[in-house]
Amino acid sequence: MSTVAETNSSTRHLKVALAGKPNCGKSTLFNALTGLNQKTGNFPGVTVDKKTGSARLKKNGKTIEAEYIDLPGTYSLYPKSIDEEVACEVLSDPDNPDHPDLVIIVADATNLKRCLFIATQIIDLGMPSILALNMIDELKKSGQQIDTQKLSERLGIPVVEVSAREGTGIEALEQLIVKDLEPSSVHTIGLSEIESDAINALRASGKNFPLYRLLHYAQRVMRKGGDEEAKKILAAQKFNSIRAQSEESMLRYAFIGELVRACSGISPGSSEMTRKIDRVLTHKFWGYIFFIVILLLIFQSIFSLATYPMDWIEQGFSALGTWCVQTLPQGELTDLLVNGLLAGLSGVLVFIPQIALLFMFIAILEDTGYMARVSFIMDKLMRRFGLNGRSVIPLIGGMACAVPAIMSTRTITSWKERLITIFITPLMSCSARLPVYTLLVALTIPDKPFLGIFTYQGLAMMALYVLGFFTALISALVLKWLVKAREKSFFIMELPVYRMPQWKTVFLTIYEKVKVFLFDAGKVIIAISIVLWVLVSHAPGDSFRQVERKYATSSLPEEEKQAHIASEKLETSYAGRLGKTIEPVIRPLGYDWKIGISLITSFAAREVFVGTMATIYGAGSENDMRPIRERMRSQTDPRTGQKVYTAATGFSLLIFYAFALQCMSTIAVVRRETKGWKWPVIQFLYMGGLAYFASFVTYQLLK
Amino acid sequence: MAPVYDTLDNLQFGETAVIESVGNDDMSLRLLDMGCVPGEAVILEKIAPLGDPIAIQVSGSLLSMRLAEASTVRIRRTLN
Repeated sequence: MSTVAETNSSTRHLKVALAGKPNCGKSTLFNALTGLNQKTGNFPGVTVDKKTGSARLKKNGKTIEAEYIDLPGTYSLYPKSIDEEVACEVLSDPDNPDHPDLVIIVADATNLKRCLFIATQIIDLGMPSILALNMIDELKKSGQQIDTQKLSERLGIPVVEVSAREGTGIEALEQLIVKDLEPSSVHTIGLSEIESDAINALRASGKNFPLYRLLHYAQRVMRKGGDEEAKKILAAQKFNSIRAQSEESMLRYAFIGELVRACSGISPGSSEMTRKIDRVLTHKFWGYIFFIVILLLIFQSIFSLATYPMDWIEQGFSALGTWCVQTLPQGELTDLLVNGLLAGLSGVLVFIPQIALLFMFIAILEDTGYMARVSFIMDKLMRRFGLNGRSVIPLIGGMACAVPAIMSTRTITSWKERLITIFITPLMSCSARLPVYTLLVALTIPDKPFLGIFTYQGLAMMALYVLGFFTALISALVLKWLVKAREKSFFIMELPVYRMPQWKTVFLTIYEKVKVFLFDAGKVIIAISIVLWVLVSHAPGDSFRQVERKYATSSLPEEEKQAHIASEKLETSYAGRLGKTIEPVIRPLGYDWKIGISLITSFAAREVFVGTMATIYGAGSENDMRPIRERMRSQTDPRTGQKVYTAATGFSLLIFYAFALQCMSTIAVVRRETKGWKWPVIQFLYMGGLAYFASFVTYQLLK
Repeated sequence: MAPVYDTLDNLQFGETAVIESVGNDDMSLRLLDMGCVPGEAVILEKIAPLGDPIAIQVSGSLLSMRLAEASTVRIRRTLN
């Protein structure tokens, strides 16, 4: 730990940006330079993550605090998506708060040609920069090499060989970082012919920038406006932005083609290994089979493997709760701690195993290059629904838990396609619906065999999953027509070479996602849990005392008496009164006020339904399903004398739980991912409306 | 042999051609950025199982695109 005084006297701050095309190992290098010393924030005003980190470097005994920023991967300084826009703004606008003192241009040594495009643009902008030739170990393994000396001379910037995976070359890079580098004196390409009239006119108006910065500025003004005077000059000279850009691209590729021939003498093709693997993984038949097997594996481990740590967490919290009740003095505060705070905390932490597992798989699939292939083989199918090849994984993940699934939609670059994916993912039946389905199916559907091997109950379960899936697709179709695209959707995407996953990247992804979930979604979950606790454990006036007085002289056995008291207290509590208030609204769906309370409490999380039912019907233990079911089955409506849980009510409830967005974690995470309350509110109302309407129709038809 | 002009979406599996020109809109600029520059050789290396998208080998990497996008790229092939 450093002292404040030390920081003030001798520490210099240096802003270093990492830039480069996607899949060049930029994030791996960022991890190697910063370790765990990193955080994710947002660029102001946009939905793009900003990864920053820091490290202390030494120069002549003095400390230099390097502040790294990992810019979104971009192929060019002319952005085509919001992510790229951010990277380009940071690099090209000296007034941008994140504008760096130094740029590390990361290039994949095995695919140098493709990486040098953005590199030459950054050099020509006049930014002090270093070219980091990443994955140099792989290049050397294949018996090739690059003449870094010549490359450095021709580009006018230092070139350093690194392997972020192996951790080699990092020190050499760090020594260059602290060196106070000057911008390159080289202009990689002759730009003077490009739209020279317009550019000269712009310079004459007082814009005394180096040539490429001026050209880039002209392009930026044409794209975004902002400088009306410059725009007028450019328009007067008939500045043709598209022609200028395409001329520039061609000049650059001509320069790069010659440079790569001179420095490496190789023209890289896709590796033989990748071609062989692809022959299976994108095969007409085996490609889909392999994909389904992978999905089953992910699904299976999220369902079964995650249950062990989830059980430990729940049992741990329940033990902690029991201990608190036994040790702490009885009273409001203890009750708040145990039934409000601890219950809420347990509800947050219990999701972590599933989130960690899902993200482990996603990180591995991304890292190996397989995810791009999934998108490739699924794109045509998904496109019909306004989705993208990349929507597949979130939708499947949604069957485990919508929270990590929604977080994984980040890989979709088009905002519209991503939004639709986020919107429909909670319609996939998640694992939290499972206990609710189990209870209600057992209650309403006869346990009779169907066609020998199946049972009606099993079929009903499957039907619920299928229902969710098709509703999701139909909703996607509706949204496809309603939502306006912010940018044109295209599918121009690089299929990277297959690589072994990197465990450090996988680990850091899991760590990052879990952290985000804990702090962002966790806050909301705990807050709502506490509100729910207040509603359930408080009642107006002395209603609770009246209930206690009523049973004070009762001769019932102690356990039964406590159950009656708990049940009547719930009825008179604020939550109970709320249930009675909403009863007229839910009556057409076939629900009474007790189910109303469950609907309210399940807003926190669907599985709370079972626990609430247990409390309402006074059954002793939550784990013992049978008595709840039996008690529920024998309930009669005091007004009509008929059974409460008829087939109509049961089906209606099942449909309601299949559709309604009763999950505050999902709401919290959608708010985070869409950066606002608009979409979670629309989603909540849409799914709620759908649930209400479908349950209403179901009940009215069946009753 | 006389060159034959066509668009990239009409390329056959495994066939080689040279890029002649790309369109002049934003999407085409993206293709240029990704290495689809006139004069570069392309090979149609992969067709998705449902016939769309396709993947071509160009400028040293594998680039996937939808047929609609490929149809804006003009190519030249030499028939033997």
